[in-house]
Amino acid sequence: MGERIRLQVARYRPEQESEATFDEYEVPCPKDWVVLDGLNHIKDRIDGTLAYRWSCRMGICGSCGMTVNGEPKLTCATFLADYAPGPVRVEPLRNFPVIRDLVVDIGDFMRKLVKIKPWIVRQAEKPLADGEYLQTPQELEEFKQYSMCINCMLCYAACPIYGLDPKFLGPAAIALAQRYNLDNRDDGAGARMATLSEHEGIWGCTFVGECTQVCPKHVDPAGAIQRYKLSAAVESMKSFFLPRGA
Amino acid sequence: MSEGHVYTAYHPRWLRQRISTYWWLEKPAYLAFILREASCVFVAWFVVYLLLLVDAVSGGAAAYAQFLAWSADAPILLLNVVSFLFVVFHAVTFFDAAPQAMVVHVGQTRVPGHLVLAGHYAAWAAVSVFVAWLLASGQ
Ligand code: SF4
Ligand code: FES
Repeated sequence: MGERIRLQVARYRPEQESEATFDEYEVPCPKDWVVLDGLNHIKDRIDGTLAYRWSCRMGICGSCGMTVNGEPKLTCATFLADYAPGPVRVEPLRNFPVIRDLVVDIGDFMRKLVKIKPWIVRQAEKPLADGEYLQTPQELEEFKQYSMCINCMLCYAACPIYGLDPKFLGPAAIALAQRYNLDNRDDGAGARMATLSEHEGIWGCTFVGECTQVCPKHVDPAGAIQRYKLSAAVESMKSFFLPRGA
Repeated sequence: MSEGHVYTAYHPRWLRQRISTYWWLEKPAYLAFILREASCVFVAWFVVYLLLLVDAVSGGAAAYAQFLAWSADAPILLLNVVSFLFVVFHAVTFFDAAPQAMVVHVGQTRVPGHLVLAGHYAAWAAVSVFVAWLLASGQ
């Protein structure tokens, strides 16, 4: 363990201070260590009071998102050695209120997620005797990309529109709405439309495109939103020009 | 989970992270976005300029000559050069975005994004050639 690197970690202790400050720690930097390993080292060996979230340490749970040198990153998938010789600045995810140190409140996203009904909505269930709902690989391909979202919220942290207007539904929620809208087993597109077509829904997006750049799962939320805008525009054109019920 | 935030004695004292007024200078991508938004002003100017041109043409030879002289003025020329650069930037970034927004299917298979993009450029080239041909044949 020869190499070491300095981590500048944002601290916010609400019972003591009203602004964030930075604490600096030196941690080992073997080539297979990620930023999260550095934080765990701090917590275990140097300063047990540091608060942050993590769980799977393998890019699945989506809980370890933080701002690393100004960029939203999954800290379990961001290697310390890539920032050598350092220092590395670790801050909480942007655009969310900070509860303590690196922990942000994600309630806003959770409430928005429920609004878009992220589950398969059926008008009528078919009888059990008819067997399962089948899907071809092509039908799966239509939405598979959007289903890879791990709710890490890096896209919200990268989105200046969400930062400026927290009412905006935001990238992941819209991508997840599309995940179900484009699923051939789902009948919920109409029910989701009300939320999506609000001013704070898809039309809030001005296509900065950074959500897609930072997404660790290649979900392409910006693409999902533009795609939905296009189909919503086509739909409204149709209802304008075609007779009712066509 | 209730809507809004209920403040109780035990509610955490959140730290609100502020967005700087100059957030758009923080990343090249943000700056490119702001420039793309700003480019609409120049697109609008080209529309106005085109209308002025049509008006001049319909006003006869003298009006047209006056329009040409006015267009050759340094400030107008500069404005048009800058507008042209912005309009090209607008068009290129717009085309780049097209494959993300348009999912095209031929039969069962999805057309790959770079072909959608190539299609846009091909259409642009075709229209340009047509306009050039119109101009050349009108000489
Ligand atoms: S869309 Fe990507 S960046 Fe956004 S929450 Fe899902 S996985 Fe994270
Ligand atoms: S710890 Fe689960 S995604 Fe990083």
